[in-house]
Amino acid sequence: MSRQVTITIDGQQVTAAEGDKLLWVALDHGIYIPHLCGIREKEHPDASCRLCFVEVEGLPNPVTSCTLPVKEGMVVRTRSERVDRLVRTAFELLLSNHRLSCAKCGKNGRCELQKIAQERGLKLKLTRMRSLLVEKPVDDSPEKFYYDPNRCVLCGRCVWADREKAKIGAIGFVRRGMDRRVAAFWEQPLADSPCIECLACVEACPVGALVAKEMKE
Amino acid sequence: MEIEITAEEREAIKTTVAEALEKNSYRRDRLLPILQEVQGRLGYLPREAMEQIASSLKIPEVDVYSVATFYNQFRLNPPGEHQIKVCMGTACHMAGGHIIMDSFARRLNIKEGETTPDRKFSLERVACVGCCALAPVVVVNENVEGKVRPTRVDGILMALGKEIGKKNEEEKR
Ligand code: SF4
Ligand code: SF4
Ligand code: FES
Repeated sequence: MSRQVTITIDGQQVTAAEGDKLLWVALDHGIYIPHLCGIREKEHPDASCRLCFVEVEGLPNPVTSCTLPVKEGMVVRTRSERVDRLVRTAFELLLSNHRLSCAKCGKNGRCELQKIAQERGLKLKLTRMRSLLVEKPVDDSPEKFYYDPNRCVLCGRCVWADREKAKIGAIGFVRRGMDRRVAAFWEQPLADSPCIECLACVEACPVGALVAKEMKE
Repeated sequence: MEIEITAEEREAIKTTVAEALEKNSYRRDRLLPILQEVQGRLGYLPREAMEQIASSLKIPEVDVYSVATFYNQFRLNPPGEHQIKVCMGTACHMAGGHIIMDSFARRLNIKEGETTPDRKFSLERVACVGCCALAPVVVVNENVEGKVRPTRVDGILMALGKEIGKKNEEEKR
Protein backbone atom coordinates (compact mmCIF):
# COMPACT_ATOMS: atom_id res chain seq x y z
CA MET A 1 0.00 0.00 0.00
CA SER A 2 1.34 3.36 -0.87
CA ARG A 3 1.59 6.11 1.68
CA GLN A 4 -1.38 8.44 2.27
CA VAL A 5 -0.67 12.11 1.73
CA THR A 6 -2.65 15.25 2.41
CA ILE A 7 -2.91 17.92 -0.24
CA THR A 8 -4.95 21.09 -0.64
CA ILE A 9 -7.15 21.68 -3.68
CA ASP A 10 -8.94 25.03 -3.86
CA GLY A 11 -8.56 25.42 -0.10
CA GLN A 12 -10.02 22.01 0.61
CA GLN A 13 -7.85 19.40 2.36
CA VAL A 14 -8.00 15.95 0.80
CA THR A 15 -6.11 12.74 1.42
CA ALA A 16 -4.93 10.47 -1.34
CA ALA A 17 -2.44 7.73 -2.08
CA GLU A 18 0.96 9.18 -2.84
CA GLY A 19 1.72 9.15 -6.55
CA ASP A 20 -1.89 9.02 -7.72
CA LYS A 21 -2.53 11.50 -10.50
CA LEU A 22 -4.03 14.76 -9.32
CA LEU A 23 -6.87 14.75 -11.87
CA TRP A 24 -8.44 11.60 -10.43
CA VAL A 25 -7.84 12.63 -6.83
CA ALA A 26 -9.71 15.88 -7.47
CA LEU A 27 -12.57 14.19 -9.33
CA ASP A 28 -12.91 11.56 -6.56
CA HIS A 29 -13.37 14.40 -4.09
CA GLY A 30 -16.02 16.12 -6.14
CA ILE A 31 -13.72 18.81 -7.48
CA TYR A 32 -14.21 19.13 -11.22
CA ILE A 33 -11.32 19.59 -13.62
CA PRO A 34 -12.06 19.47 -17.36
CA HIS A 35 -10.63 16.39 -19.06
CA LEU A 36 -11.19 14.31 -22.17
CA CYS A 37 -8.15 12.16 -22.92
CA GLY A 38 -7.36 11.11 -19.36
CA ILE A 39 -7.59 7.39 -18.56
CA ARG A 40 -7.27 6.50 -14.92
CA GLU A 41 -5.64 3.12 -15.47
CA LYS A 42 -3.04 4.40 -17.88
CA GLU A 43 0.36 4.84 -16.30
CA HIS A 44 1.69 7.25 -18.90
CA PRO A 45 -1.19 9.51 -19.98
CA ASP A 46 -1.20 10.98 -23.48
CA ALA A 47 -2.03 14.43 -22.09
CA SER A 48 -3.24 15.43 -25.52
CA CYS A 49 -6.48 17.30 -24.86
CA ARG A 50 -4.79 20.08 -22.84
CA LEU A 51 -7.90 20.76 -20.80
CA CYS A 52 -6.90 19.61 -17.33
CA PHE A 53 -4.50 22.42 -16.42
CA VAL A 54 -4.12 23.53 -12.81
CA GLU A 55 -1.81 25.84 -10.86
CA VAL A 56 0.48 24.22 -8.30
CA GLU A 57 2.24 26.30 -5.67
CA GLY A 58 5.96 26.37 -6.36
CA LEU A 59 5.63 25.54 -10.06
CA PRO A 60 6.14 28.46 -12.44
CA ASN A 61 3.56 27.45 -15.04
CA PRO A 62 0.20 25.65 -15.12
CA VAL A 63 0.55 21.88 -15.43
CA THR A 64 -1.71 19.10 -16.73
CA SER A 65 -3.26 17.41 -13.72
CA CYS A 66 -3.64 14.04 -15.46
CA THR A 67 0.13 13.64 -15.48
CA LEU A 68 0.88 15.09 -12.04
CA PRO A 69 1.52 12.64 -9.17
CA VAL A 70 0.35 14.04 -5.83
CA LYS A 71 2.92 14.70 -3.11
CA GLU A 72 2.55 15.49 0.58
CA GLY A 73 1.66 19.12 1.17
CA MET A 74 0.91 19.98 -2.45
CA VAL A 75 -1.21 23.11 -2.82
CA VAL A 76 -3.36 23.25 -5.96
CA ARG A 77 -5.69 25.80 -7.50
CA THR A 78 -7.96 24.54 -10.27
CA ARG A 79 -8.71 28.04 -11.55
CA SER A 80 -6.60 31.07 -12.36
CA GLU A 81 -6.51 33.55 -15.18
CA ARG A 82 -3.78 31.58 -16.92
CA VAL A 83 -5.55 28.24 -16.50
CA ASP A 84 -8.82 29.67 -17.76
CA ARG A 85 -7.13 31.10 -20.81
CA LEU A 86 -5.42 27.81 -21.67
CA VAL A 87 -8.63 25.86 -21.23
CA ARG A 88 -10.67 28.35 -23.22
CA THR A 89 -8.29 28.12 -26.17
CA ALA A 90 -7.94 24.33 -26.11
CA PHE A 91 -11.72 24.04 -25.88
CA GLU A 92 -12.35 26.30 -28.83
CA LEU A 93 -9.71 24.45 -30.87
CA LEU A 94 -11.62 21.23 -30.24
CA LEU A 95 -14.86 22.86 -31.33
CA SER A 96 -13.27 24.21 -34.50
CA ASN A 97 -13.59 20.85 -36.20
CA HIS A 98 -16.63 19.59 -34.39
CA ARG A 99 -20.12 19.26 -35.79
CA LEU A 100 -21.87 21.45 -33.26
CA SER A 101 -25.52 20.59 -33.29
CA CYS A 102 -26.27 19.32 -29.81
CA ALA A 103 -30.02 19.12 -30.39
CA LYS A 104 -29.46 16.50 -33.06
CA CYS A 105 -26.68 14.66 -31.20
CA GLY A 106 -27.10 11.25 -29.59
CA LYS A 107 -25.17 12.35 -26.50
CA ASN A 108 -27.07 15.58 -25.88
CA GLY A 109 -27.23 15.98 -22.10
CA ARG A 110 -24.58 13.32 -21.43
CA CYS A 111 -21.71 14.96 -23.27
CA GLU A 112 -18.41 15.88 -21.64
CA LEU A 113 -18.01 18.93 -23.88
CA GLN A 114 -21.34 20.24 -22.65
CA LYS A 115 -20.23 19.55 -19.10
CA ILE A 116 -16.96 21.44 -19.55
CA ALA A 117 -18.82 24.36 -21.12
CA GLN A 118 -21.23 24.47 -18.22
CA GLU A 119 -18.60 24.09 -15.49
CA ARG A 120 -16.28 26.71 -16.95
CA GLY A 121 -18.84 29.11 -18.35
CA LEU A 122 -17.66 28.51 -21.92
CA LYS A 123 -19.77 28.79 -25.04
CA LEU A 124 -20.50 25.77 -27.22
CA LYS A 125 -19.80 27.80 -30.32
CA LEU A 126 -16.90 29.39 -32.10
CA THR A 127 -16.17 32.98 -31.20
CA ARG A 128 -12.56 33.62 -32.19
CA MET A 129 -11.90 30.79 -34.63
CA ARG A 130 -13.55 29.73 -37.82
CA SER A 131 -14.80 26.20 -38.39
CA LEU A 132 -12.45 23.85 -40.18
CA LEU A 133 -14.87 20.97 -40.15
CA VAL A 134 -14.80 18.85 -43.29
CA GLU A 135 -17.86 16.61 -43.11
CA LYS A 136 -16.94 12.94 -43.12
CA PRO A 137 -19.42 10.09 -43.54
CA VAL A 138 -20.90 8.48 -40.43
CA ASP A 139 -20.25 4.74 -40.07
CA ASP A 140 -23.66 3.30 -39.40
CA SER A 141 -22.69 -0.30 -40.17
CA PRO A 142 -22.64 -1.87 -36.67
CA GLU A 143 -25.91 -3.18 -35.37
CA LYS A 144 -25.66 -1.63 -31.91
CA PHE A 145 -23.86 1.70 -32.40
CA TYR A 146 -22.58 4.23 -34.90
CA TYR A 147 -19.40 6.27 -35.29
CA ASP A 148 -19.64 9.92 -36.24
CA PRO A 149 -16.09 11.17 -36.97
CA ASN A 150 -17.40 14.73 -37.14
CA ARG A 151 -17.98 14.69 -33.41
CA CYS A 152 -14.82 12.82 -32.44
CA VAL A 153 -12.35 14.71 -30.23
CA LEU A 154 -9.58 12.14 -30.79
CA CYS A 155 -9.24 11.50 -27.08
CA GLY A 156 -8.21 7.87 -27.63
CA ARG A 157 -10.45 6.41 -24.95
CA CYS A 158 -12.20 4.07 -27.37
CA VAL A 159 -8.94 2.70 -28.73
CA TRP A 160 -7.75 2.05 -25.21
CA ALA A 161 -11.01 0.27 -24.32
CA ASP A 162 -10.81 -1.82 -27.48
CA ARG A 163 -7.27 -2.94 -26.60
CA GLU A 164 -7.29 -3.14 -22.83
CA LYS A 165 -10.88 -4.02 -21.98
CA ALA A 166 -12.26 -5.85 -25.00
CA LYS A 167 -8.80 -7.09 -26.04
CA ILE A 168 -9.77 -7.09 -29.70
CA GLY A 169 -7.74 -4.60 -31.73
CA ALA A 170 -10.50 -3.62 -34.13
CA ILE A 171 -9.93 0.13 -34.11
CA GLY A 172 -7.03 2.55 -34.02
CA PHE A 173 -5.99 6.02 -35.08
CA VAL A 174 -5.35 6.41 -38.78
CA ARG A 175 -3.93 9.16 -41.03
CA ARG A 176 -2.60 12.36 -39.58
CA GLY A 177 -3.19 16.05 -39.14
CA MET A 178 -6.66 17.25 -40.06
CA ASP A 179 -7.42 13.83 -41.54
CA ARG A 180 -6.77 11.94 -38.33
CA ARG A 181 -9.65 9.77 -37.22
CA VAL A 182 -10.55 6.56 -35.49
CA ALA A 183 -11.07 3.71 -37.93
CA ALA A 184 -10.79 0.01 -38.60
CA PHE A 185 -8.22 -1.53 -40.93
CA TRP A 186 -8.34 -0.03 -44.44
CA GLU A 187 -11.06 2.29 -43.09
CA GLN A 188 -13.55 -0.40 -43.90
CA PRO A 189 -16.95 -0.27 -42.17
CA LEU A 190 -16.75 -1.42 -38.55
CA ALA A 191 -19.18 -4.22 -39.36
CA ASP A 192 -16.48 -5.74 -41.62
CA SER A 193 -13.78 -5.40 -38.96
CA PRO A 194 -12.95 -7.78 -36.08
CA CYS A 195 -15.28 -5.64 -33.87
CA ILE A 196 -17.53 -7.85 -31.71
CA GLU A 197 -19.89 -5.00 -30.74
CA CYS A 198 -19.19 -5.38 -27.04
CA LEU A 199 -19.74 -1.60 -26.70
CA ALA A 200 -16.65 -1.09 -24.51
CA CYS A 201 -15.57 1.75 -26.81
CA VAL A 202 -19.04 3.27 -26.82
CA GLU A 203 -19.05 3.40 -23.03
CA ALA A 204 -15.61 5.03 -23.08
CA CYS A 205 -16.52 7.79 -25.54
CA PRO A 206 -17.10 11.11 -23.76
CA VAL A 207 -18.87 12.80 -26.67
CA GLY A 208 -21.31 12.09 -29.47
CA ALA A 209 -18.85 10.20 -31.68
CA LEU A 210 -19.51 6.61 -30.63
CA VAL A 211 -23.15 6.31 -29.72
CA ALA A 212 -25.34 3.30 -28.95
CA LYS A 213 -28.35 2.95 -31.20
CA GLU A 214 -31.75 3.02 -29.62
CA MET A 215 -32.70 -0.63 -29.34
CA LYS A 216 -36.13 -1.61 -30.50
CA GLU A 217 -37.90 -4.41 -28.68
CA MET B 1 -11.31 2.81 -55.29
CA GLU B 2 -9.85 -0.69 -55.13
CA ILE B 3 -7.26 -1.62 -57.71
CA GLU B 4 -7.52 -5.19 -58.98
CA ILE B 5 -4.42 -7.27 -58.59
CA THR B 6 -3.48 -10.31 -60.65
CA ALA B 7 -2.65 -13.77 -59.32
CA GLU B 8 0.96 -13.15 -60.29
CA GLU B 9 1.07 -9.94 -58.29
CA ARG B 10 -0.47 -11.73 -55.37
CA GLU B 11 2.38 -14.24 -55.44
CA ALA B 12 4.95 -11.47 -55.65
CA ILE B 13 3.39 -9.72 -52.67
CA LYS B 14 3.49 -12.90 -50.63
CA THR B 15 7.14 -13.66 -51.26
CA THR B 16 8.24 -10.04 -50.88
CA VAL B 17 6.51 -9.71 -47.53
CA ALA B 18 7.82 -13.06 -46.33
CA GLU B 19 11.37 -12.01 -47.18
CA ALA B 20 10.99 -8.59 -45.56
CA LEU B 21 9.69 -10.23 -42.39
CA GLU B 22 12.48 -12.79 -42.38
CA LYS B 23 15.11 -10.13 -42.89
CA ASN B 24 13.78 -8.26 -39.85
CA SER B 25 13.48 -11.40 -37.69
CA TYR B 26 9.68 -11.01 -37.39
CA ARG B 27 10.21 -8.26 -34.85
CA ARG B 28 7.30 -5.96 -34.08
CA ASP B 29 9.63 -3.07 -33.35
CA ARG B 30 10.89 -3.46 -36.93
CA LEU B 31 7.48 -2.69 -38.44
CA LEU B 32 8.72 0.50 -40.07
CA PRO B 33 11.73 -1.07 -41.84
CA ILE B 34 9.49 -3.97 -42.90
CA LEU B 35 7.02 -1.56 -44.50
CA GLN B 36 9.86 0.36 -46.14
CA GLU B 37 11.33 -2.81 -47.57
CA VAL B 38 7.97 -3.92 -48.98
CA GLN B 39 7.22 -0.56 -50.51
CA GLY B 40 10.77 -0.28 -51.85
CA ARG B 41 10.29 -3.50 -53.78
CA LEU B 42 6.63 -3.30 -54.78
CA GLY B 43 6.33 0.46 -55.17
CA TYR B 44 3.46 0.61 -52.70
CA LEU B 45 1.87 -1.15 -49.72
CA PRO B 46 -0.93 -3.40 -50.95
CA ARG B 47 -3.72 -4.30 -48.60
CA GLU B 48 -2.73 -7.99 -48.83
CA ALA B 49 0.80 -7.11 -47.69
CA MET B 50 -0.47 -5.30 -44.61
CA GLU B 51 -2.74 -8.20 -43.72
CA GLN B 52 0.13 -10.64 -44.03
CA ILE B 53 2.45 -8.46 -41.95
CA ALA B 54 -0.17 -8.09 -39.21
CA SER B 55 -0.89 -11.78 -38.95
CA SER B 56 2.80 -12.74 -39.00
CA LEU B 57 3.69 -10.21 -36.31
CA LYS B 58 0.51 -11.03 -34.37
CA ILE B 59 -0.61 -7.42 -34.15
CA PRO B 60 -3.98 -5.91 -35.14
CA GLU B 61 -4.25 -5.13 -38.86
CA VAL B 62 -5.35 -1.61 -38.01
CA ASP B 63 -1.99 -0.98 -36.31
CA VAL B 64 -0.16 -1.63 -39.56
CA TYR B 65 -2.61 0.57 -41.42
CA SER B 66 -2.20 3.24 -38.77
CA VAL B 67 1.56 3.46 -39.33
CA ALA B 68 1.20 3.23 -43.11
CA THR B 69 -1.22 6.17 -43.21
CA PHE B 70 0.71 8.29 -40.73
CA TYR B 71 3.85 8.70 -42.82
CA ASN B 72 3.58 10.51 -46.15
CA GLN B 73 6.36 8.27 -47.42
CA PHE B 74 4.00 5.33 -47.77
CA ARG B 75 1.53 4.88 -50.57
CA LEU B 76 -1.43 2.52 -50.55
CA ASN B 77 -1.92 2.36 -54.30
CA PRO B 78 0.39 1.23 -57.10
CA PRO B 79 2.16 4.10 -58.84
CA GLY B 80 0.48 4.84 -62.16
CA GLU B 81 2.22 4.67 -65.51
CA HIS B 82 2.09 8.46 -65.32
CA GLN B 83 2.61 9.97 -61.91
CA ILE B 84 1.09 13.34 -61.22
CA LYS B 85 2.42 15.11 -58.16
CA VAL B 86 0.72 18.30 -57.14
CA CYS B 87 2.82 20.53 -54.91
CA MET B 88 1.17 21.56 -51.66
CA GLY B 89 4.10 23.46 -50.21
CA THR B 90 3.41 26.85 -48.68
CA ALA B 91 3.85 28.88 -51.86
CA CYS B 92 1.82 26.49 -54.02
CA HIS B 93 -0.83 26.26 -51.34
CA MET B 94 -1.15 30.04 -51.35
CA ALA B 95 -1.26 30.05 -55.14
CA GLY B 96 -4.19 27.63 -55.18
CA GLY B 97 -2.47 24.24 -55.33
CA HIS B 98 -5.57 22.59 -53.91
CA ILE B 99 -7.64 23.89 -56.83
CA ILE B 100 -5.20 22.22 -59.21
CA MET B 101 -5.40 19.05 -57.15
CA ASP B 102 -9.19 19.14 -57.34
CA SER B 103 -9.08 19.64 -61.09
CA PHE B 104 -6.89 16.57 -61.61
CA ALA B 105 -8.96 14.55 -59.16
CA ARG B 106 -12.16 15.41 -60.97
CA ARG B 107 -10.73 14.73 -64.40
CA LEU B 108 -9.20 11.40 -63.42
CA ASN B 109 -12.15 10.52 -61.24
CA ILE B 110 -9.90 9.48 -58.35
CA LYS B 111 -9.00 11.04 -55.04
CA GLU B 112 -5.63 12.30 -53.92
CA GLY B 113 -3.39 9.31 -53.19
CA GLU B 114 -5.27 7.04 -55.58
CA THR B 115 -4.54 5.39 -58.92
CA THR B 116 -6.95 5.02 -61.84
CA PRO B 117 -8.29 1.45 -62.24
CA ASP B 118 -6.40 1.07 -65.53
CA ARG B 119 -3.24 2.15 -63.62
CA LYS B 120 -2.49 4.81 -66.21
CA PHE B 121 -2.46 7.70 -63.74
CA SER B 122 -1.73 8.17 -60.08
CA LEU B 123 -2.31 11.40 -58.22
CA GLU B 124 -0.47 12.51 -55.11
CA ARG B 125 0.55 15.55 -53.16
CA VAL B 126 4.13 16.54 -52.52
CA ALA B 127 5.50 19.11 -50.13
CA CYS B 128 7.59 21.74 -51.90
CA VAL B 129 9.59 20.70 -54.93
CA GLY B 130 11.87 23.70 -54.62
CA CYS B 131 10.74 26.07 -57.37
CA CYS B 132 8.28 28.24 -55.50
CA ALA B 133 8.59 31.09 -58.01
CA LEU B 134 6.65 28.89 -60.42
CA ALA B 135 3.80 28.21 -58.00
CA PRO B 136 1.47 26.43 -58.33
CA VAL B 137 3.69 23.59 -59.49
CA VAL B 138 2.84 20.12 -60.74
CA VAL B 139 5.44 17.44 -61.36
CA VAL B 140 4.32 15.14 -64.15
CA ASN B 141 6.52 12.07 -64.26
CA GLU B 142 9.85 13.89 -63.95
CA ASN B 143 8.86 17.14 -65.66
CA VAL B 144 8.05 20.30 -63.77
CA GLU B 145 5.01 22.25 -64.93
CA GLY B 146 4.92 25.77 -63.52
CA LYS B 147 2.14 28.30 -63.01
CA VAL B 148 -0.46 25.67 -63.66
CA ARG B 149 -4.03 26.87 -64.13
CA PRO B 150 -7.08 24.61 -64.00
CA THR B 151 -7.47 25.21 -67.74
CA ARG B 152 -4.06 23.56 -68.33
CA VAL B 153 -5.07 20.33 -66.62
CA ASP B 154 -6.82 18.82 -69.65
CA GLY B 155 -3.86 19.71 -71.87
CA ILE B 156 -1.41 18.00 -69.53
CA LEU B 157 -3.53 14.87 -69.37
CA MET B 158 -4.15 14.78 -73.11
CA ALA B 159 -0.41 14.97 -73.78
CA LEU B 160 -0.12 11.84 -71.68
CA GLY B 161 -2.69 10.05 -73.78
CA LYS B 162 -5.87 10.56 -71.81
CA GLU B 163 -8.97 10.77 -73.94
CA ILE B 164 -10.72 13.83 -72.67
CA GLY B 165 -13.41 14.25 -75.33
CA LYS B 166 -15.34 11.18 -74.35
CA LYS B 167 -15.36 12.16 -70.73
CA ASN B 168 -16.74 15.57 -71.63
CA GLU B 169 -19.67 14.03 -73.46
CA GLU B 170 -20.47 11.89 -70.46
CA GLU B 171 -20.36 14.84 -68.14
CA LYS B 172 -22.65 16.96 -70.28
CA ARG B 173 -25.24 14.21 -70.25
S1 SF4 C 1 -20.75 15.78 -28.93
FE1 SF4 C 1 -21.48 17.11 -27.28
S2 SF4 C 1 -20.92 19.19 -27.95
FE2 SF4 C 1 -20.83 17.85 -29.73
S3 SF4 C 1 -22.83 18.06 -30.70
FE3 SF4 C 1 -22.90 16.25 -29.33
S4 SF4 C 1 -23.72 17.08 -27.41
FE4 SF4 C 1 -23.00 18.84 -28.60
S1 SF4 D 1 -14.63 8.10 -30.84
FE1 SF4 D 1 -15.02 9.01 -28.82
S2 SF4 D 1 -13.63 7.87 -27.44
FE2 SF4 D 1 -12.91 7.53 -29.52
S3 SF4 D 1 -11.33 9.07 -29.86
FE3 SF4 D 1 -13.28 9.89 -30.67
S4 SF4 D 1 -14.14 11.06 -28.99
FE4 SF4 D 1 -12.56 9.74 -28.09
S1 FES E 1 -6.95 14.92 -19.42
FE1 FES E 1 -5.05 15.85 -19.09
S2 FES E 1 -4.44 16.52 -21.05
FE2 FES E 1 -6.34 15.47 -21.44
